[in-house]
Amino acid sequence: MTFLPKALMLVAVLGLAACNNPNRFGAGGANAYGANGGAGGAGGYGAGGVGTSALGSASDPNSVAYFQQTLGDRILFAYDQSTVSDEGRQILQGQAQWLNAHPQYAVIVEGHADEKGTRDYNLALGARRASSAQDFLISQGVTPSRIRTVSYGKERPAETCSAESCYAQNRRAVTVLQSGAGS
Amino acid sequence: MTLFRPLATALAIALSLTGGAAMAQNGPLRIEITEGVIEPLPFAVPAFSGGSKVANDITRLVAADLSGTGLFREIPSSAYISQVSSFDAPVAFNDWKAINAQALITGAVTTSGNQVTVKFRLFDVFAGQPLGDGLQFTGTADTWRRMAHKVADAVYSRITGEGPYFDSRVAFVAESGSKAARQKRLAIMDYDGANVQYLTDASALVLAPRFSPQGNQILFTSYASGFPRINVMNAANLQTRSLDQQPGTMTFAPRFSPNGRTVVFSLEQGGNSDLYTLDTQSGQRRQLTNSPSIETGPSFSPDGSQITFESDRSGTSQIYVMSANGGEARRISAGDGRYNTPVWSPRGDLIAFTKQSEGRFHIGVMRTDGSEERLLTSSFLDEGPTWAPNGRVLMFTRESAGADGAAALYSVDISGRNLKRVPTPGAASDPAWSPLLP
Repeated sequence: MTFLPKALMLVAVLGLAACNNPNRFGAGGANAYGANGGAGGAGGYGAGGVGTSALGSASDPNSVAYFQQTLGDRILFAYDQSTVSDEGRQILQGQAQWLNAHPQYAVIVEGHADEKGTRDYNLALGARRASSAQDFLISQGVTPSRIRTVSYGKERPAETCSAESCYAQNRRAVTVLQSGAGS
Repeated sequence: MTLFRPLATALAIALSLTGGAAMAQNGPLRIEITEGVIEPLPFAVPAFSGGSKVANDITRLVAADLSGTGLFREIPSSAYISQVSSFDAPVAFNDWKAINAQALITGAVTTSGNQVTVKFRLFDVFAGQPLGDGLQFTGTADTWRRMAHKVADAVYSRITGEGPYFDSRVAFVAESGSKAARQKRLAIMDYDGANVQYLTDASALVLAPRFSPQGNQILFTSYASGFPRINVMNAANLQTRSLDQQPGTMTFAPRFSPNGRTVVFSLEQGGNSDLYTLDTQSGQRRQLTNSPSIETGPSFSPDGSQITFESDRSGTSQIYVMSANGGEARRISAGDGRYNTPVWSPRGDLIAFTKQSEGRFHIGVMRTDGSEERLLTSSFLDEGPTWAPNGRVLMFTRESAGADGAAALYSVDISGRNLKRVPTPGAASDPAWSPLLP
């Protein structure tokens, strides 16, 4: 579990000391932090959003943790594809319902690719994936102005091994909540 | 900080030498580097006279440049029969023939205060004649490496008939941190890895620098705004500005036109990436492609009339060529697999690319009509070739597999020979070779 210390470090960096159960951050939780940390480190846009949010408990339906872990903050894609799968639709439907009930949140959908592609192409591919998720959320009633997209291409893998088991987790679109930015 | 410290007086004086100046084109001392397997040409370079550390350093760097090409083989000084007593003394050709030195480089280094002057001559030992005129370079002491590169460039060019490239720099992305949260900084170094300077801090993810044709500006993609945007940096003072600020879009994969006025790049909107040009003086933007597929990786032909790029409009990414004004494009890649990152050679004759096939990545070259494809490398992950100024050598990123995988810079001749790692202080990616320095 090599990512657990990093997850804890990010929790500290982000000031999320309210988290009262570090053991909750298994693979899913650590991934969520990795994505957020990468975004913040890369551009810093998360400084006013996730960085000031309390995660809460994954069993609290109004919490960020619930969105990330119980509903699922990410959908996965097949190799070199950007079509939302049936499983992805279910996750996005859950996200959309939650967002419709919590209008104080805006989101950034991050598109990602696995490492088996060139840098520019993967940026474009990640953008396609983020856009696919965005389109589906809009189709479920989420106001378009609440959703922005960004592609990280292959720059921010969630898993680091060079095998399909990791690549499958890296071909993803992650919906990152931004508190206080809803409109 | 300046990226290119000019030689105080570059390429100053052609010393008068007698006869033999026309040897460069037809003389017997010649390497045709496009041939398949060749025997490296043996050369001798006795320590340049002057007795100083810089004289010895320059001599060793000249030797390293030449040997580093794989085209030349240095004869160790322990084999020398003859010593060069002074720069102007007659050359004892028979002594150099006896040890099979086909080329002999002699030189002298003098210093005056902070000024260093390097003189050299190149001899065709078996013809018993100089090959070209002697040359002299003058610069400040901290430019000694550049002077050595210029000596080696002159020797390389006279013997191969190819353009020089040692006196050049490489912009790249210096990487650190774990694979899931890489930190990336823009950096620049000499072509051989010396004189590394960092141009940005690690606060924002940066990707894929590209030089302007004059070498005075660097395009790159930065996440400083939170979103990928193309930026241009003034190489003299490192001032950086974003070239495109349109909200809701992402811009990436920029490259200059040969006259340096236009930038071609990808702009993504609503998940779709197309090619655009931006006139850097008027700010006018123009859309070149309009397709639901991915269009990226654009690169101008050296005459500026055409653009090669990658597109997955056929279902997988392939290489296309179109007019620099846009319009209909013709596909030139024809083999199995995915083709990316086409880059037009500065000589105009070839397009280098990345090819993904059966789980492996390759750097390759093809003619500009797609014919005569040749793969030069193969690894877990090779990508992003950049051309040496003479169009004879490519540098690229090679990344190793696994959670501890790391990127490094490699170079390879367009013949496929002389694959080697380019030394960098840490992990490095996305090399961009500068034009030849002035």
